[in-house]
Amino acid sequence: MNILLYVISYFSLLVFLIACVVRAFSYARTPIHLRWELYPVPHEEPKRVGYGGSYYEEAEWWNRPSPRNFLGELKSMAAEILFLKALWEFNRKLWYRSFPFHFGLYILIFTVFIILLYGSLSLIFPDLMTGNVGAGLQFLYQVTGAAGIALSIWGALGLLALRMTDSRMKIYTTPGDIFNLLFFIIAFGTLAAGCLAGVGPSSGMLAFSRGLLSFDTGFETSGLLATGLILTGLLVAYIPLTHMSHFIAKYFTYHNIRWDDAANRRGSKIEAKLAECLAFRPTWSATHIGADGKKTWADIASSIPAQEPKK
Amino acid sequence: MKKDIRLEDLSKREKEPLVHLEKKDLMPLPYPFEDPEQEPSFAELSEQIREKYECGLDDTCAVNVPKPGTKEEEDALVAKFLSGLEKLFTKENNWTFLQPLLLSMEHCAKCQTCSEACHIYEASGKNELYRPTFRSEVMRRLYFKHVKHGGLLSAWQHGDIEINWPLIARLIELSYRCNLCRRCAQTCPIGADNGLVAHELRKIFSQEMGIAAKELHETGSMLQLKVGSSTGMNAVVVKDNIEFIDEDMEEKIGIKVETPWDVEGADVLLIHNAGEILAWPENPGAFAVILNAAGIKWTLSSEVAGYDSINYGVWYDDAQFARVAVKHAEAAKKLGVKKIVLGECGHAHKALTVIADRVLTGDLNIPRESSMTLIRDIVMNDRIKLDPGRNDFPVTLHDPCNMVRLMGVVEPQREVIRKICPQFREMTPHGVDNYCCGGGSGFAIMSGNNFPDWRFQVAGRKKMEQILNAFSDCMDPSIPKYLCAPCSNCKGQFRDLLAYYDMWNKHKINYGGLVELIVNAMVDVKPGFIEWEWH
Repeated sequence: MNILLYVISYFSLLVFLIACVVRAFSYARTPIHLRWELYPVPHEEPKRVGYGGSYYEEAEWWNRPSPRNFLGELKSMAAEILFLKALWEFNRKLWYRSFPFHFGLYILIFTVFIILLYGSLSLIFPDLMTGNVGAGLQFLYQVTGAAGIALSIWGALGLLALRMTDSRMKIYTTPGDIFNLLFFIIAFGTLAAGCLAGVGPSSGMLAFSRGLLSFDTGFETSGLLATGLILTGLLVAYIPLTHMSHFIAKYFTYHNIRWDDAANRRGSKIEAKLAECLAFRPTWSATHIGADGKKTWADIASSIPAQEPKK
Repeated sequence: MKKDIRLEDLSKREKEPLVHLEKKDLMPLPYPFEDPEQEPSFAELSEQIREKYECGLDDTCAVNVPKPGTKEEEDALVAKFLSGLEKLFTKENNWTFLQPLLLSMEHCAKCQTCSEACHIYEASGKNELYRPTFRSEVMRRLYFKHVKHGGLLSAWQHGDIEINWPLIARLIELSYRCNLCRRCAQTCPIGADNGLVAHELRKIFSQEMGIAAKELHETGSMLQLKVGSSTGMNAVVVKDNIEFIDEDMEEKIGIKVETPWDVEGADVLLIHNAGEILAWPENPGAFAVILNAAGIKWTLSSEVAGYDSINYGVWYDDAQFARVAVKHAEAAKKLGVKKIVLGECGHAHKALTVIADRVLTGDLNIPRESSMTLIRDIVMNDRIKLDPGRNDFPVTLHDPCNMVRLMGVVEPQREVIRKICPQFREMTPHGVDNYCCGGGSGFAIMSGNNFPDWRFQVAGRKKMEQILNAFSDCMDPSIPKYLCAPCSNCKGQFRDLLAYYDMWNKHKINYGGLVELIVNAMVDVKPGFIEWEWH
């Protein structure tokens, strides 16, 4: 049983990582697109970020260096990632449910690091962990684990209730959406119950982490905790296969689209990428496009079918 | 009466439209329209139009798609749509928007945060059909089913929808019920973009099926590429008209006005929306007065499209968009000007300055700038003498979405107005949070059937509310009021919207551009440049 748990844990993590990389790669390898930014763009000069201005407000902007306000971007990212600022501003009702859910997940990710740190230290410095350091880490794990699980489940329950009752959301909700939220609630609920039911020093998450890192077959676990671990592992593997991987998407939607105001300057890398795209050969069928699978985008952009005599 | 609409209703083979709007269902307007019955009535589509064209969506019909005569024709159209849908997700056909589209398809959480941001959804009384995610969700389901070839598991996860001709016919119309203002995208926590989805749908219809609003395509970009301007003016006619404007201006302001044409090596190639020349000649006239007075070395171009900044392709067709952008750049290249300056036209700003930035390469990548910054620098550096006392009437400013939210040109026009208009007041909200005028994405020039009724009562309703609120302290008709809209399309919408609600006769609300206010305040010209009469 222990080996199965370890295999599932590592396998889930591996699937998660691979799926995240594949998804990120699939977006990253799409060609450069036309500019489609939305203001405010937070890496603009600080004086402009507040009201949403751009470098286009400057006469002869091309003679000035591109704006590089990394602090502004960082502030904007932190507010969005940590506190879901957009939801707070535009959909407060949902924020009350979504924020605890997401913040609970962040705390749980932190808890996983605590658990792994505890496991590693207890293998490398067993004596250290019998003292205050071990006790401190145990305390931290208990507090963050409880808070993370409670917030996530609370948020997920709130989201589920909203999806099933709010007329705005109900007709767009698919069985998959319900399943996703239930998956979180059941996996985390079972895991929490397993942790609470665990007794003795060789059971529970901290012992599991030690066992996971050393493939120790002596780790004792209850059926409840084992079920919780398996479900959570499967959940971790499942997330990047769905639209819940928006933590990856958001990098692209914000940095590559909304905030992508990089100007194309002659001889730049952007221009080189555009040259590749302009050499693509479209096959759109409408006659006014004049695409025959041989003409490139550049050919089409420089042709004018409207001026050609009708055949 | 409102009825519950579901996604699958789009596939219904019903003759009656899915939605019928009634005045009482619409978002209430403030004084003087507290009673919905005081509003103009929505004209009904004729039976002849309903018989001939696909009008199964709502009370209006924007695109006039002929009804297919046979099942075979229907099937062929469905097949063509599916082929276009597939192409939309290939880099060869759609490198231009592939990444943003994929992200919007695969990551919408259907949280509906965007809905409250949409002026059309709100103005319609929150009718489900106009919810920004409604159209996108249909597209998303089609994507997972027909592009990703998802089976039962995919349908369970992403939802399912039946594709047939009625669905596509309704989607064509529905893609023309969005102003593409992207206010919804601004609020999306994930960054999904429902405005983009409407844009991409229009592209399938145009680029694959050859279906587009006539005003945008046939009498829009096609005409522009053929004769030089979507107004139909060729180079000879436009020069004649400008000459007439110069003479008229001279008479009006008392100083000589001369518009230079085709000056090689000029510092500035000014490109107006040619609609200004015909509909609001005082605008290009005012530009000429200001630039000449400030000593700018500028010119207009008589090349094809070089005297008309419009680029309707930006709303429905990438190829048409790129062709017009290339024509604009070629006109500048031929004259060897230092920069192109866009006149008061929002979509032309966005199209040529921002979006075409990734179409124009090499020697076609000629610097492009907003007239707002050039004008701001002239005014704020006191290169012309101005008397704000001449503009001592209530003025409010409309923010064209393309210039402001989508390009970040927010303050220059405000700096000017604050300096020369003592009674300036902002709309709420404004700047990058503004609401579209309701004429965006081509609606301002689309007047077929009863579409204007929808454009004013639904798409323009939120802006109407903002205008009424901005002037709520001075609605008395003895006080003339000025709605400043530095955008030709927005002005077109305001001309029609204000007339529709009889705002000039009843409350003396007029509209116009920014440069007109500047010339009106110039001490070197005869007072009274702004004529308080309806135009």
